[in-house]
Amino acid sequence: MSANILLFKCALLIYLAATVLYLGDILFRRVQLGKAARWVLIGGFVVHSAVLVGRFIAAGHTPVTNLHESLSFSAWTLVGIYLLFDARYKLAVIGAFITPLALILMFFGGATFTGVGEIDPILRSWWFPVHVLLAFLGNAMFTLAFAVSVMYLLQERMLKNKKLSGLFYRLPALSTLDEINYRCLTFGFPLMTMGIITGAVWANSAWGGYWRWDPKETWALITWFLYAALLHGRLTAGWRGRRAAIFSIIGFLCLLFSYLGVNFLLPTEHDFK
Amino acid sequence: MNILVVGLSHKTAPVEIREKVAFAPTAMEKPLRRMLALPAVTEGVIVSTCNRVELYATSRDVEAATAQLKRFLAEYHGLAADVLAPHLYDLSGPDAIRHVFRVASSLDSMVIGEPQILGQIKTAYGYACDYKTSGVILNRFLHKAFSVAKRVRTETQIASNAVSVSFAAVELARKIFDTLTDKTVLLIGAGEMCELAARHFVTNGVAQVLVTNRTYERAVKLAQEFNGKPILFENFADNLHRVDIVLASTGAPNYVLHQRQVEEVIKQRRHKPMFFIDIAVPRDIDPKINDVDNCYLYDVDDLQGVVQSNLKERHKEAKKAEAIVEEEIGQFHQWMSGLDVVPTIVALRKRFDEIRQAELEKTFANLKDLDGKERQAIEAMAQAIINKALHQPITVLKSAQNNAAGDGYVEALRTLFNLPPVAGENAETERAKIDEM
Repeated sequence: MSANILLFKCALLIYLAATVLYLGDILFRRVQLGKAARWVLIGGFVVHSAVLVGRFIAAGHTPVTNLHESLSFSAWTLVGIYLLFDARYKLAVIGAFITPLALILMFFGGATFTGVGEIDPILRSWWFPVHVLLAFLGNAMFTLAFAVSVMYLLQERMLKNKKLSGLFYRLPALSTLDEINYRCLTFGFPLMTMGIITGAVWANSAWGGYWRWDPKETWALITWFLYAALLHGRLTAGWRGRRAAIFSIIGFLCLLFSYLGVNFLLPTEHDFK
Repeated sequence: MNILVVGLSHKTAPVEIREKVAFAPTAMEKPLRRMLALPAVTEGVIVSTCNRVELYATSRDVEAATAQLKRFLAEYHGLAADVLAPHLYDLSGPDAIRHVFRVASSLDSMVIGEPQILGQIKTAYGYACDYKTSGVILNRFLHKAFSVAKRVRTETQIASNAVSVSFAAVELARKIFDTLTDKTVLLIGAGEMCELAARHFVTNGVAQVLVTNRTYERAVKLAQEFNGKPILFENFADNLHRVDIVLASTGAPNYVLHQRQVEEVIKQRRHKPMFFIDIAVPRDIDPKINDVDNCYLYDVDDLQGVVQSNLKERHKEAKKAEAIVEEEIGQFHQWMSGLDVVPTIVALRKRFDEIRQAELEKTFANLKDLDGKERQAIEAMAQAIINKALHQPITVLKSAQNNAAGDGYVEALRTLFNLPPVAGENAETERAKIDEM
């Protein structure tokens, strides 16, 4: 397991380097730094993937069974989703907002590092990896939506107040940010929905009931309703821009609570053992 | 060989002086030829724009050439030397190289980053090429200046933000809409600035232009210019929902567009953003419209403010550009000094070889009974002495061609051994070719 933590720290350091490069790009307007950052981040993602594969082989199950693994997996999906979007939009400035988030997850993941251990037999089900993967991919999409929403609000405020700071020149157009926000929602919402459904099906086979109003389930449902309302507003009432961005941010805060807050404040079956 | 610059610019001379020394772009042959006829000048290029008049030259004798160029500039335009003197600057060596690199990169321009100056220098250089007043050094020098300018343009964002009000409007639109290709612009009124901005929008690919005016005929006329569609002034409000960008500059004393109207329209548009540009004074568009969600309103002062921010950004970028220029000066200066070192070494060897030949002949004349083998031994010894004696100075010279000491050594050797002046052209072209490989 010592090789695993070494590799994990390695991934963390590479993410740190990518973060520094991305921030350098937006602070000093050095485009070359952003380009370098992309490759560094891809390198970090590869190393991080090796960490997860290593754990999967060592444990024989999907490595999302404790707090460390959960944080690490969150960071991994976030970076992966960002890189996917980056291939399409090529906006280093988004990287400068995303990589610090991934880095925070990795730091706490490093602080809570635990080796591969025995797991609850309930988790030895094929539903487990499917449920977890769908839920985490959805989370990553919404995290990206959160980042572009913050960027949108910053950019919009500068355009409205007509006070252009250095960031104005680095941030993309409002319509681009809104488009990415919308895309994240259209991908994230189905992922989250399927995550909840697979969870329910699995719960039925494991505990004999689809829905038990576990706090995690309740908060996931609240979050789901928020995003459902946002999607509905976008499709039928033409919500966009500022309103969509604020909704996205509230949705993300809810998501964050149901992901982490619930575990520390409320009793739940979804605890990190 | 030295590069020097003599001239004046908007920074040192008022327009009354600049216009007097400007060279007519259609008649560059005469001044170029006269400049080259100056005894101390070996190559020459004349750059003349409305903001600067500069003579670029090469010379062995910097002081004499500078004085001659200054006199030439005054005399050619029939001015007294002391009228021009306070406005003229003269630079040589790395300072001259830095200056020309900065000018070409638009770092010395009135509006930093403006793109015209590079083209103007290229034209000036073109004349010098036509009349063959530019030689190996200036050729290479100016090509280098062009490549530095290109590097500055690609590696910094020095020219990326608009410095005119009308173009700033287009850039703002890009920050709101990203692409303009599916956007519709509505022109209300027909101010000059408004037309200019509309033209920028058209060249940047907006899909459609609608034009309205209290006088319908004027709207029709203007619409034709932009391949757009005229609209009756009474009806323009009915078309607002199809419009993404509104450009207003009427002479109306009151607002022609009100907050309530826009609130209705934006609902009709399902909150698709709108960008209002109000170039009229007094203003045409109710400033409260900026508070409506997804609406952005900029008046003339706001646009001026944007231009100011853009200029600030350009100055920040200029610092990066200065670093690039410094880097390139070093490289070019190295090439310049190498230019003198190689022919100096050749001349030095030749001088010693002549001495060797002469002394051997004298010796062999006295020692007639030497056989072939003995003669060879003496010849070899003489050669060996020269090789040994020259080895150290040549090594030092070669290594010094990359630093400032090189010039000094070259000068010292030329004086001490009375070497002929660099025949130049051939050795230099060779060298230039080698360096380009």
